[in-house]
Amino acid sequence: MAKIKVYGHPISTATRLVLCCLHEKKVEYDFVLVELSAGAHKQPQYLALNPFGVLPTIQDGDLTLFESRAIAKYLAKKYEGQGTELLGNSLSEQALVEQWSQVEGQSFNSPASTILFQILFVPMSGGSTDEAAVEMNVEKLKKVLDIYEERLSKSKYLAGDFFSLADLQHLPYLDYLVTDCGKGDLISSRKHVKAWWEDISSRPAWKKATGKTP
Amino acid sequence: LVMAVIKLHGHPISTATAMVLCCLNEKEVEYDFALVELSAGAHKQPQYLALNPFGVVPTIQDGDLTLFESRAIVKYLAKKYKGQGADLLGNTLAEQALVEQWCEVEGHSFFPPASTILFQTVLRPLRGGTTDEAVVEINIGKLNKVLDIYEERLSKSKYLAGDFFSLADLQHLPWTQYLVTACKKGDLISSRKHVNAWWEDISSR
Repeated sequence: MAKIKVYGHPISTATRLVLCCLHEKKVEYDFVLVELSAGAHKQPQYLALNPFGVLPTIQDGDLTLFESRAIAKYLAKKYEGQGTELLGNSLSEQALVEQWSQVEGQSFNSPASTILFQILFVPMSGGSTDEAAVEMNVEKLKKVLDIYEERLSKSKYLAGDFFSLADLQHLPYLDYLVTDCGKGDLISSRKHVKAWWEDISSRPAWKKATGKTP
Repeated sequence: LVMAVIKLHGHPISTATAMVLCCLNEKEVEYDFALVELSAGAHKQPQYLALNPFGVVPTIQDGDLTLFESRAIVKYLAKKYKGQGADLLGNTLAEQALVEQWCEVEGHSFFPPASTILFQTVLRPLRGGTTDEAVVEINIGKLNKVLDIYEERLSKSKYLAGDFFSLADLQHLPWTQYLVTACKKGDLISSRKHVNAWWEDISSR
């Protein structure tokens, strides 16, 4: 069986999501570096795999798949029965995993990625941070995290008392916000969000995905 | 044993509510509709927030399960009622993965510019504001790029995930309907041969 091939970049949040999932499911893979700084993701060779020209994309036999959340879901289903269960057992549990996965994608991701883009990537490209945009998105994120605080006061993880894709999907942006954007107070000021963050960010699979352990 | 009918809390003008209604119809599932009076701010009242802390529509109740996020709701319905009505998920693991992929594309690449155009061209004037034409232009530009990719895809495949109608296509219905009618941006669709054929097919279901 040919190994799964992951096209991505180590700094890419979406790539990290997929790598973390592969480690949680204990799946071997080959990593193909897509040189973002050289614009490799916009070259015809890569666009033939992923017409949106973003990372990551996987190849598994005949299947080429993009969109990190779709990739993670595919891996979680294909390798059900090995590694960590990430989907929930009953139809209801699976529905709650989907619900909180959608919350991540629709309510959490946009403000979090805007803050990261403004604080980290804009200066890296020689521009200056738009502080008003950061402020506005910090306020949006606070409202979302207040809802998480309430949820996590009743439930160990987002979808229930089991770690799932819904929690995993939050790791890449939260890690950047806490570690590189100086926004750790958003987490540490919320008791249950803090406990949840400390739990999920200490998982070995996450540490492997960010290269923090060999 | 009497099975309680699914209860759908929503509003007819809400695109997300329309997505769920469409799915319920495709799966031939009965439901009770509970109107959430948006104009009266009902979606922000404690009674509704107890169901959906994000204060948006729709939310469903199915027995003990309360579920929000329209894309999660339609996925749940498609799974629970697999075997009745239209099959929306794909059969093999690979087909299901492609359905998921194009659902994500809708949620992250199609929906944001489409909803911004709707907000600027229809909702803002309705609330007494003025359309920001520059923002509309930017988002039409984004949508054009996405639809070019769809045109290429649909030249090789009858529907987005393959040769079968799926959730990935269904998720596009409410927004595209508004773009073509109220927003008067039908040319985005009609100028693209395969996107146009796809739209005519899925909107006539």
